[in-house]
This record gives sequence, C-alpha cells and structure tokens, in this order.
Amino acid sequence: MRSSQNDKVKTLRGIAVSPGIIIGKARLVDRSRVKILYQYLVNEQQVSREVDRFKEALQGAKEQIAAIKNKIPEPLRKHAFILETHLLIMDDSMFSNATIQTIQSEKINAEWALKKSVQNIEKLFTQIEDRYIKERIVDVQYVAERILRNLAGREQEDLFEIKERVIIVAHELSPADTSSINISKVMGFITDVGGRTSHAAIMAQSLKIPAVVGLEIVTHHVHDGTLLIVDGQTGDVIIDPDDEEIILYQEKQIQRDKFESGIIRLSHLPAETVDSLRVTVEANIELVEEVVSAKDNGAEGIGLYRTEYHYLRSSNLPKEDELFEDYKEVAEIIAPDPVTIRTLDLGGDRISAGIGLSKETNPALGLRAIRFSLRETDVFKNQLRAILRASAFGNVQLMFPMISGLQELLDARAILEKVMSDLEKEGIDYDRRVRVGVMVEVPSAVTVADILAGHVDFFSIGTNDLIQYALAIDRVNEHVAYMYQPFHPAILRLIRQVVEAAGKAEIKVALCGEMAGDPLCAPILLGLGIKELSMNPARIPIIKKVIRTLSVQECGSDVEKILQLETASRVREFISAKMQPLLNELDQADLIHSNPDRP
Amino acid sequence: MEMTKKLLIRNELGLHARAAAKIVALASRYSSLLSIKKDDHEVEGTSILSILSLACPKGTEVLAKAVGEDSEALIEALSQLFEQKFGEAR
Repeated sequence: MRSSQNDKVKTLRGIAVSPGIIIGKARLVDRSRVKILYQYLVNEQQVSREVDRFKEALQGAKEQIAAIKNKIPEPLRKHAFILETHLLIMDDSMFSNATIQTIQSEKINAEWALKKSVQNIEKLFTQIEDRYIKERIVDVQYVAERILRNLAGREQEDLFEIKERVIIVAHELSPADTSSINISKVMGFITDVGGRTSHAAIMAQSLKIPAVVGLEIVTHHVHDGTLLIVDGQTGDVIIDPDDEEIILYQEKQIQRDKFESGIIRLSHLPAETVDSLRVTVEANIELVEEVVSAKDNGAEGIGLYRTEYHYLRSSNLPKEDELFEDYKEVAEIIAPDPVTIRTLDLGGDRISAGIGLSKETNPALGLRAIRFSLRETDVFKNQLRAILRASAFGNVQLMFPMISGLQELLDARAILEKVMSDLEKEGIDYDRRVRVGVMVEVPSAVTVADILAGHVDFFSIGTNDLIQYALAIDRVNEHVAYMYQPFHPAILRLIRQVVEAAGKAEIKVALCGEMAGDPLCAPILLGLGIKELSMNPARIPIIKKVIRTLSVQECGSDVEKILQLETASRVREFISAKMQPLLNELDQADLIHSNPDRP
Repeated sequence: MEMTKKLLIRNELGLHARAAAKIVALASRYSSLLSIKKDDHEVEGTSILSILSLACPKGTEVLAKAVGEDSEALIEALSQLFEQKFGEAR
C-alpha cells in the first residue's frame, strides 16, 4: 500500500468523471490570459490601422474555428454546434461592429475596445435569470480570448499538432479545445476546475477516455512531460510516480479490465451470502439518464434518487409537470423494483430562483433540506404532488432528508396528507399506499430512532452526512478531512442503534452513502444487520461480488468483536486482515479508496 | 414589405444557444431584416447575443417582424422553425 508520508509523491484527488487508468506524460495546455494594455490612438491613420488589425485578428479567429470545426473527430460531431455559436458570436454586431466603432469613436486600441465590448455583453448577460443562457457568456469570453491571442501574435495552441500520446492538463478546457483534440493522441484529461457536468467531463465520456476534473491546483505542479498516473475511477492523480507505483497501477489496470469483464457478467444475479441471506443492492442516482446504467450494473432498484438537479439548473422553480415527467420516467424504467425519491435536500442559499434568503454563516447547520421545505411549503407541495402523481406509474417510495426529530416528521407528513387529499379531490391518481421514510443522517435522529420508527415505513441511513455531523468533521476541509472515519466506533454504534430501532418496529432499514459502496464496509454492515445497500451504480458489481463471498453469520460474530475495538484504526486493521484473502483475489484497484490515509 | 407574426416557443429548453443559432442562420439567408420582440424588447434577428439576452423560456410568445422583399418567405420559414421546436426532440 502506498505511503502518503513520502514527500516526493504528490497525489491529488479530484472529481472522477470518466473511468479508466492511464499512465503517461503530461501536456500542459496554456490558457493563461493575455494581458491587455490601454493605448490612445493619436491620429486617423493609426485608427484605421487599428481597425484593420482587429479585422485581421477576427478573420483569423474565424478561420481557426472553421478549421477546427472541419477537423472535428467523429465522436464529437454532436458538439460541433458550440463552434457554430462561436462563429455567430464573431459575426454579431454587439461583438465585432461594436468593437470597431469603439476603436473609431474613442480612438483606443483594438484590445481595449474588444475588452469594452465583452464587458458590455457581460453586463447584459448578468441580468439574464436563466442560468443556462447566462453561462453562455463563457463562449463570448473564449472567442475574445482567441482574438486577443491573435492580436498579440501569440500562437494558438493547436491540439491537433500533438505527436505523442499525452495526458492533457489544463486549468479548464473550452469547447474549441476539446473539439480540436487529436483523439488518437490524447489519453485523458485532467483539469483544475469543473464538475461532473463540465464540458471536459462530457467530452471525455463521449470519447471513452479517463478524466478527472476539479483538481484545483494540478497545473501548478505539472510541467510538459511530467509523468502522471490518472485514475478516472477514484479521481486520484499521482504526479511523478515512482517505479513501484507505476507497476502497481499497471497491474491494477490489467486486473480491472479482467475483473470488470468478469463481474459485469455476474452483476445481474442477486447478491446472496454463502449462508443464503439475500441482500438488496440498489443505485444512487441524480439524473433520469443514469437509470439505464444503474440497471446495466445490476441495480435492484433506486435506493436514492436525488432531486436537486431541477432546482439548481434554472433560475425558475421547476414546474410540477416537469418534475412529474422525470419521476414518472424513472419509476417506469425501474419498475417493478422500487425508486426512493428523496425530497429536496438543498439550502436556500443554493436555490437560484430568487427566494431571497440571506447567506448563512454555517449552511450545513442552517436552513436546508426538510427545514427549507417546511418553510417554503409551496415549493414542497409542488414537489410532493409530482412524486405522488408519479407513484401511480411504478413502485415509488418517498423520503424526507435531514429529519432531526419527530416534530419535523409530523409536520412534513401533515403537508403530505394535505397534498394527498388535494389530489383526491381533483381526481388525480396516485398510489395511496406509497411508503414514506426518513433519511437518518442527523445524530439526534439516531438517538430518537425508536420514536421515529413508529411513524414511517422505512429508514435510510445517510452515512456521508451522519459521519460529518457525528464526528464534527467537514470532509472538504483539508485540515480535518483525515478524521472523517467511517470505521469510527461511534459511527458503528450509531448504525447499530438505527438497525435495532427499525427491527423493534419491524420496518425496513437501508444504507446509502459511500460506506455502502466500500468493499471493506460490506461485512461490517451485513454484520450489523443491514440487508439493503444503495450506492453509486459503478460500485454495484464489485459489492455484489463481495457479498457472495461473505457469511452473514460470520459477519455477525465479527461485528461483536469489532464493537469492542476502541479506535477507527483498530477496526480497520481487524477488517483488513479479515478481508485480505478476498482483497488479493479481487481487483486491488477498486479498493484503493479504502486506503487508511483517506476516507 | 413588412410582415409580422406572433410565434410561440414550444421546445423544452426555450431560446437557448442552439435555437438562437438556428434563427440567426435562417435570418442570414434572406435579404429582409428580421427583428424579434419580447414584451418591450426588440432585437435584431442576426445577433445571437441579443436573442439570447431576451431569455425566453418555453411558452414565451415573441413577435417576429421582417422588412424587405422576401419578408413573407422569411416569416414562413421562421414560423416553421418554431413549430418544429428548432429540431429538438422535446
């Protein structure tokens, strides 16, 4: 196992957006901004020369984009319209004519005039509420940047010219960048910024090459030619790896290929322990589009359907019908298996639809999730109506997030009752026996789980937040992230308490959160009495495989011993030792994020 | 010659970049001048940025106006583009 104490090795972890392991040399794509200087033009001759300079740079940019567009590789064709948009922006009078007019009327240089045009367009775009349209300002900026480079006589970096196979490293990649890539030469992308839906992420998925984004500082640590290992499954990037690490990852790469082709074949079979306990393995999803891949990976239901996307996507609150259509589609595709739809789990600060809540100093402890829904009851009712209507089309369960005590649950249920009776009056169909549950993720909910259990059909333990709240650890805070420990004895006791409360009340208890997808956690969770796990779809095949090797009886007696252990590291040692033969047999690469140094 | 017509935006995403690009591309094929008006805002049909700045979601009604010899054909073609949801599935 690799040591994180070794100073020479720098491992960064970003957001894994496209799977696969690659080992190769970095190619840094310089996207630093051109510096713009102000220059006053003294006579008409200079002015007309400046106008010509601008026109030439503009024309040059158009030709460059057109050339990129013509050479665009086949798998990226469907994204070519973005380049079309760039061409239209350059033809737009607000962009080009306005710049020429500014050069003439204010007698200033082309760069400064272009900057003014872009600023004016930015001003116009800040008033737009629709987030998607608002973001198109980046296209204006990309185009302007290209023209500024032409004006400065800087070479446009042409990614077609890449001769050897490289890993592209950039602060961010524009559509023109990714479209112009010579795909046969690019092994993968890594970038400082971006998220799951960023352009680079989508492109990498289209090209089926690994990519990690959101690495924040990777461009500061990498030069052209730096050797890199990129793991598109865990989000790890190792800079300047030593021989040992290279060999380790090469083996992982081979094992993973072999392993995946093996387990995918078995992933549709149920997960049953050697002593015949049937474990339900489900998927966590966020988008309708993920349902199919969840099923392909062998999901026996959607254990957690996160519903925040619609609320973040646009500045307008989503319409009931819009939500209904999506929920219905998921319910229909996954039926007869269940889908557990979690109501909105956002803070007011993150909803763009001008609800007008002030910034909170501590949003994790603030007005979010069910608290927000209980305050903005119209938003809540709108979503509940959509969920209930969808329940007529499949096996729908409803779940409230962040419940901290009975009163909140009763308040939420009262609103649910009201919505149900409204639908009834309107003669709209829904499943009257729709199961209602709560996400157990606040420590107080664990403490009163016996009380809550009498009022719901199921619990789902959300370990990510539960660990964060119980251990008072903000896992994105680098100073304390190492203390985010799923194996902390407190966490295991909390889980046990929830399972016991559910058992007494005879309701179901599932577990979602990253622990569910960690092979090392599986025997402990089974031993604690969890029979339903919901995880990232990509983790399902391996977890099913692990479960098939376990004996629930043995897990139970191991857990008795584990609960006597006093620190997280002792628990980890115990379970690692126990699981070692299996770990050796299974793909080590898939277990890499069970590294004790990191959560 | 001047032609005007009220047009309804039917596609799910509204007048976003791809749809706006199609309007501009269409308008540039005709000699007539196209303008698009939403409430009190009127913009040139050849300016993608101005069209985007109207920020029209699904269900918005805009007023298209064409001035010139082939204005009738332009409005007809534009009207079809709106009907067909700019070639988008939903």
